[in-house]
Amino acid sequence: MITLNHYLILGAVLFCIGLYGALAKRSAVAVLMGIELMLNAVNINLLAFNRFLTPDKMVGHVFAIFVIVVAAAEVAVGLALVINIYRDRSTTMVDDFDWLKW
Amino acid sequence: MSWIDYAWLIPVFPAIAFVLIVFVTKKVRMLSALTAIVAMVLSLIFSLGVLFQVLGSHITMETPVEYSIPWLSVPGVHITAGVLIDPLTAVMLAVVTIIALLVEIYSVGYMADDEGFSRFFAYLSLFTFSMLGLVVANNYFQMFFFWELVGLCSYLLIGFYFYKNSAADANKKAFITNRVADFGFMLGIFFLWLVFGTFNFQELAEAIHHYENVGFLTLAAILVFIGPVGKSAQFPLHVWLPDAMEGPTPVSALIHAATMVAAGVYLLARGFVLFHAAPTALLVVAYIGGFTSLFAATIAITQDDIKRILAFSTLSQLGYMVMAIGVGSITAGMFHLTTHAFFKALLFLGAGSAIHAVHSNSIFDMGGLYKKMKVTTWTFVIGALALAGIFPLAGFWSKDEILLVTKEAGFTGLYVIGSFVAFLTAFYMFRLIFIAFFGEKHSDHHAHESPLTMTVPLIILAVFSVFVGFIGAPFVEHGFASLIYFEHPHHAEPDYGLMITSTIIALAGIGLAWLLYGKKAYDPEKLKQRFLPIWTLLYNKYYIDEVYQWFFDNVVMNIGAAFKWHDRKVIDGIADGFSALVRATGARLRFVQTGNLQTYALVLFAAVVIVVLWMAVPALGGM
Amino acid sequence: MTNPVIFWLIALVVIVSGLMVVLLKNIVHSALFLVVTFVGVSATYVLLQADFLAAVQILVYAGAVSILLVFGVMLTVRGDIKSSNLFNRHKLSGGVVALALFLIVERIILKTEWVLSKNPAPESTVGPIAEAMLTKFVIPFEVAAILLLVAMVGAILLAKGEGKPQ
Repeated sequence: MITLNHYLILGAVLFCIGLYGALAKRSAVAVLMGIELMLNAVNINLLAFNRFLTPDKMVGHVFAIFVIVVAAAEVAVGLALVINIYRDRSTTMVDDFDWLKW
Repeated sequence: MSWIDYAWLIPVFPAIAFVLIVFVTKKVRMLSALTAIVAMVLSLIFSLGVLFQVLGSHITMETPVEYSIPWLSVPGVHITAGVLIDPLTAVMLAVVTIIALLVEIYSVGYMADDEGFSRFFAYLSLFTFSMLGLVVANNYFQMFFFWELVGLCSYLLIGFYFYKNSAADANKKAFITNRVADFGFMLGIFFLWLVFGTFNFQELAEAIHHYENVGFLTLAAILVFIGPVGKSAQFPLHVWLPDAMEGPTPVSALIHAATMVAAGVYLLARGFVLFHAAPTALLVVAYIGGFTSLFAATIAITQDDIKRILAFSTLSQLGYMVMAIGVGSITAGMFHLTTHAFFKALLFLGAGSAIHAVHSNSIFDMGGLYKKMKVTTWTFVIGALALAGIFPLAGFWSKDEILLVTKEAGFTGLYVIGSFVAFLTAFYMFRLIFIAFFGEKHSDHHAHESPLTMTVPLIILAVFSVFVGFIGAPFVEHGFASLIYFEHPHHAEPDYGLMITSTIIALAGIGLAWLLYGKKAYDPEKLKQRFLPIWTLLYNKYYIDEVYQWFFDNVVMNIGAAFKWHDRKVIDGIADGFSALVRATGARLRFVQTGNLQTYALVLFAAVVIVVLWMAVPALGGM
Repeated sequence: MTNPVIFWLIALVVIVSGLMVVLLKNIVHSALFLVVTFVGVSATYVLLQADFLAAVQILVYAGAVSILLVFGVMLTVRGDIKSSNLFNRHKLSGGVVALALFLIVERIILKTEWVLSKNPAPESTVGPIAEAMLTKFVIPFEVAAILLLVAMVGAILLAKGEGKPQ
């Protein structure tokens, strides 16, 4: 019997894998990939909650759709930024992005 | 129309004049003077109206007229601003307004060439407002308020020539000395308020009447007395008054001779019920007064600055008044205050006239003025005779009254001191006159008589100085003694023995001065050499200023240095320490800001883990 | 209900391919495994009876997003492609934080008592979603549309570069 907990833990695993990628990869594109994994994990959670707690309401679905919308927008803008930075600095390694200080 | 109902207007006129001069007429000199004088005339009319109404009605010391409006009202404290009219107030109002008016008229001539002409009249108006407000006050709080205002005006006027260092120093000295005294006064009235819950004179009088704790009353009375010690320049807070002569001479006449310094004596009379209930405090008052009178008179005989001689004479006379009140007679004290106001104002204005002509304050620079300045000379002589107490001038009656009450009250020591001071007074006044007015011309001055605005007030004051004493002369029915008294009128029988003695003493003083300085039977310079140590001591005013300076330099400055050290090192040290700590921490923590996005994210999530863990521990049951 | 074996298989695929995305050194390979992960997640949606979302997932993620990412890789990566996706200095500490977060979340999930619903899920979700989107959530729906438009304009503007009209 597969319960809510299985899905939630699957989501948690995927989230933490994505988090690890976002934290520990050098490439900006890889960081974006990690973030996509995290968003997917969130969607799994939303749909699992919707399925097991309120199957007759579509709130989880609607929310997941919004997450996908935001994710799509984020990837588009994020990649545009990466390209812009690359054009400026000839690198996409996040390590080299250290302008966020004093 | 009842004058008394409109008595509150008396202080208001000069206040309006002050505002008008400051904001409207400042640029037009004569208009400023006119504004001030018109306001003073109105005040004078109302004051005389009040005086005559008091004389003509049944208002006595026991049955004053009082009315007031709420001033400051918070839970527990209700302070009123009001008017208390009794004979004491009425007489004081009349004295203040008459002198103030004459001084203002005189100032039109004296200050004619001065840059600060309008400012001077503004200050004078502000001063009269304060003084009159003080006089009509019906409670200690209002009195204290005006008392401070009077002190402020004194400060402003002493420092009138603020561009002179000596004037700036003198006004600071006056202000600070008065602050010390006012603090005592303030403590005193707050003590009274704490116990009796009121500032009102009449309510306090009633309450004190039924109060038993003499020790407390003594403490409160002595604290209150510290106020007059400062304002009336009694020993040991007298130091400011001689220096106050830095102000323009009319100011010295008005404030530092006739009226403001009398405020202390007036306060003692007004609050006499308190002192009466505390005999020890009264004794202190009497001896401080007696000592000051002797102390100042001895200094006066050696000084050579005409205004300083008069200033020490004022100190001495104030000592007389305080002593009279101290031995229990506000009648004698107030009587002497009244007569003294006239002849001392006269003397100061006369001195001003002489200074105006000679452009020097030193009596040795004058000399021979009697040929050029007849009016000034003879009015000055009248003032000096009145001050010396020569029959039948004003000072004779009031000084005799004081000596009489002192003798009757059993203070033989003070009586002897008083008599000796009378001798000294006659001596130093005529020393001044013989040197400055009748002596040889010492310097190349082209003295000429002062303009009419200056001589007319002198003549008027001279007339007053001659005749004002009769209001309190022993043979006058319903005179001063039946007007101002405490509890019951004390009509002294004329003591002819005492009168004759004091006249002889005064004449002896004059005679000695004549011998030394008029006839030059004995060279004063030799006398000076012979008693050089004493002369030096007196000339330097017993080194009181130096003692204070030493005390200030060595004690106050060291205490201040200790506090400064504490402030700089401990208080600031704590504050600076915190800022240094923050700065040092920041300098280290700065490197946390790597600018690396992923480091930030890592820290963020690590913090999330910690926070969630902390919050989740109860839910997880300790795991 | 679904067969547990299917769930475990899908879960295995999702987790292993997710790990590959993160651990592989070649970023193109990572991108490929990312597609596998997206498809696996889409299968999970099917198991959760979210057929519409499963389709959207395939379309948006496996189709559009991954293509975009590959474009990004193409446009930016230089040098040796075999070591184009290395770890930074947070390799260990990042792993510790991620693991710690997982352990906490896992404990919390297992400790929580869920209030499960017995109601059946609708056969097809498209209709109810459409109804919800166009009635109750119509404002967020419109806002999302604007967001997409703004993101599109912004992305074009950023990628185009400044000051060089072409």
